[in-house]
Amino acid sequence: MTTAIGKSLSRIDGRLKVTGQATYAAEFNQEGQAHAVIVGSTVGLGRIEAIDSAAVEKMPGVVAVISHLNAQRLAYNEHRGPIDPPAGERLHVLQGTEIRFFGEPVAIVVAETLDQAEHAANALKVTYSARQPQVDAHAGERVIPAVARRPGARAEADVARGDADKALETAAVKVEAEYVIARENHNPMEPHATIAAWNGDRLTLWSKSQFVANEQAEIAAIFGIPPENVQVNCPFIGGAFGTSLRTWPHVTLAALAARHVNRPVKLVLTRKQMFFATGHRPYTLQRIALGAQPDGKLISIAHEGAGETSRYEEFMEALTSVTSFMYSCPNVRTSYRLIPLDASTPTYMRGPGEASGIHALECAVDELAYKLQMDPIDLRRINEPQIDEGRQVPFSSRSMLKCYDLGAERFGWSRRTPEPGSMRDGRLLIGYGMANASYPCLFAPANARVRLLPDGTVEVEAAASDMGPGTYTSMSQVAAEYLGIPVERIRFSLGRSDFPATPPHGGSMTMASVGSAIRAACLDLQAKAAVLAAKGGGNAGLAGQSPEALEWRDGMLFVKGRSDRGVTYADLVSYGGESPLVGEGTAARDAETGQKYSMHSFGAVFAEVAIDPDVKTIKVRRALGAYGVGRVVNPKLATSQCIGGMIGGIGMAIMERTVLDRRNGRPINAHMADYLVPVNLDTPHIEAHFVDEEDTIVNPLGVKGLGEIALVGMSAAVSNAIHHATGRRVHELPIMIENLL
Amino acid sequence: MSRREALQATAGAVAFAALPLPAQAADSAATPVPPTQTLPLEVTVNGRVHQLAVDPRLSVLDMLRERLSLTGTKKGCNQGACGACTVLIDGQRVNACLALAVMHDGAKITTIEGVAEGETLHPLQVAFIEHDAFQCGYCTSGQIMSGLGCISEGHASSAEEISYWMSGNICRCGAYPGIVAAVAQAAKEDRT
Ligand code: FES
Ligand code: FES
Repeated sequence: MTTAIGKSLSRIDGRLKVTGQATYAAEFNQEGQAHAVIVGSTVGLGRIEAIDSAAVEKMPGVVAVISHLNAQRLAYNEHRGPIDPPAGERLHVLQGTEIRFFGEPVAIVVAETLDQAEHAANALKVTYSARQPQVDAHAGERVIPAVARRPGARAEADVARGDADKALETAAVKVEAEYVIARENHNPMEPHATIAAWNGDRLTLWSKSQFVANEQAEIAAIFGIPPENVQVNCPFIGGAFGTSLRTWPHVTLAALAARHVNRPVKLVLTRKQMFFATGHRPYTLQRIALGAQPDGKLISIAHEGAGETSRYEEFMEALTSVTSFMYSCPNVRTSYRLIPLDASTPTYMRGPGEASGIHALECAVDELAYKLQMDPIDLRRINEPQIDEGRQVPFSSRSMLKCYDLGAERFGWSRRTPEPGSMRDGRLLIGYGMANASYPCLFAPANARVRLLPDGTVEVEAAASDMGPGTYTSMSQVAAEYLGIPVERIRFSLGRSDFPATPPHGGSMTMASVGSAIRAACLDLQAKAAVLAAKGGGNAGLAGQSPEALEWRDGMLFVKGRSDRGVTYADLVSYGGESPLVGEGTAARDAETGQKYSMHSFGAVFAEVAIDPDVKTIKVRRALGAYGVGRVVNPKLATSQCIGGMIGGIGMAIMERTVLDRRNGRPINAHMADYLVPVNLDTPHIEAHFVDEEDTIVNPLGVKGLGEIALVGMSAAVSNAIHHATGRRVHELPIMIENLL
Repeated sequence: MSRREALQATAGAVAFAALPLPAQAADSAATPVPPTQTLPLEVTVNGRVHQLAVDPRLSVLDMLRERLSLTGTKKGCNQGACGACTVLIDGQRVNACLALAVMHDGAKITTIEGVAEGETLHPLQVAFIEHDAFQCGYCTSGQIMSGLGCISEGHASSAEEISYWMSGNICRCGAYPGIVAAVAQAAKEDRT
């Protein structure tokens, strides 16, 4: 039996990436292409009064200056993809004079070369009438999300069981705190980029996208053309972490500019522009109150959360969702509100909702453990639920206790002395902290196609993406596994909108969804091949057999229970018949399974920090995650993904924040040197472990997803470790030196 | 040691050093070059000689990517803060986004496209694949060029040292442990 799933293969696309041959969006240069540069608003709220483009139009190389004064009127037909906010209307670009946030595109300059376009864009004179934007979430009004107000809404703003407030009053031990988490920007290394080329009324985009199928539909809706007239290509993504899920204004602008100048146009955002209108993790405010009995049993959890959104769209994320099922507790109340600001719309960023919500919950649980004088893991064990108490349904699988065991053992948790400030390494203060992690197992409808080629190799296609997890490799493993042939004989292609449609490459659902679709396509191909063999005669003597009497084993077709006269894929091709043989597959979760089970990945994450007692510099020295994520398709790549996620969590804990100037809404640190992210020297000794977990319910592959959960919880583990080292509870992220002085 | 110091000590410093002194900049500002003017330039990239007429504003990075179709070198920030554009100029690692092409007349530039010998990968490239030293691959060209510099400078004797001298290259995917392991392995092979 060929077992491709579970093997630690190196990346199939590794050679392309180490030789510079992997081609990203901005690198598909087109014949006759011009360069476009966006001019962004320098006020945070107001109107454009005038744009004086005459001088700029005469500058060397300038082809066009496009603004609301001369831009094509766009259709902006209704389209709401699964990654778009549930309420509000997307930004319409160059269609009017209103300015809603700092950096909003007000014009595009198109020139022969990039230097000419940049120079001209800088020289464009735009005058505004400005008003004072409100960008302070603390001062903003909190509103109930519109979707939650609709009758029968699935998204609930207020959820309760028992009476959390009354139970809190009677609780023997309680903790209560407010948590503030800074806005973060994804800052992938590859900037957003789109090359647009029209051919009549057909548009081709080479565009950085985690969701080419939606980009096709969105651009078609904006331009009022049929979706089949739009082709989106994106074979490689230089990291995205959520920022390339939606189709942001720059894609529209590239297409608009290309039509305006009647030639292909390349538009790449500057690093600074990536802080303006391509989404961010929202600034959040949370309050958590926990009440427990003296033995540690939780009797009350209240969790109120609010996140920033724009004035034109309501971005929502699962900020408080986990709180209803993470622990066993009879009285739970959660609420979720939005704070509209004069800012651009936030979007999903790795571990969206959970990363922020679990941070607050897990810091609070640690605080409660101290009040109870209990070990934080013991407290969590006492409150381990048997079922999802929020929905009153069983978990499809939950390996939380195994994660505690494995994680604590590998981390050396038993060496920890609980007293804050009690552990030292020389003069450095040492702290150990841990936290739970969780992320839902999403599984959205996906399609795939497999094609048997005359040489016996197999082509697999799906409109999926690979922003770094290794989709090329892991999907090839899935196809090899179900076809029973070596991985080398599979060629998997992705990133084209004319391939079978898949869900967004995010939410840790790619393997669950696309992998399951590929599996289905492989099984379809095998079934069709069996029919062909039974009909087609040929040399193996399977002719005349009924297809049901045949079975696939180790990549060959046999009469059931026999091992002679096997037929290979290559034999089947030579039988003639329809060639190439094509298998189509679709996969989706049935609604009943979704109703009957609560499906989530779980993990326990650990951190060790070392803090200088005088100047309070914080160094994360070790980080470790133990995860229950179902079946792991490629442990080597999965480990990398988890390490990367944990490093992202360390960034969230002690470095990352986007700060807005209250006077005009300008992101003041829109630069890679000022928006701090972990560099090589910041990286701790880091380990990822997977517990054995079989889940036959989540999806046919039994995979639970791990891209998102890898970031979740780490900020709380670091925060709890900082408390352990210093005795200080900092309820703000990122935690910086000044918080500890 | 802060990241900023590390940056200045590594790739950033080389590029900054290549910029004109403020006094010279002031002189040239007095007689501005019209933006349309191009200047002749001869550079050798991966062993191939190119004669170009370039806009004086053109960076080495844009010259490679937009003029010579060598897109293996990446643009991450265009501000000298990420290392994605690292190339070797006359053997030294440089942030190509901060280097003006016209200032490198006669230079020998090595980019990621020039690292393998035909079909045979360089040991550092092999090590990157083995140690899974990347995910999305966008920082990888810069990491490998920087890794080559790190090794040839003699800054790869321990994991700590590699980590320090590779801190001018950001990897947002967080492949740092693999990067350090790959550079260490290639450095070891280089010594033996
Ligand atoms: S692109 Fe040159 S350092 Fe970032
Ligand atoms: S591999 Fe993605 S940024 Fe380094």
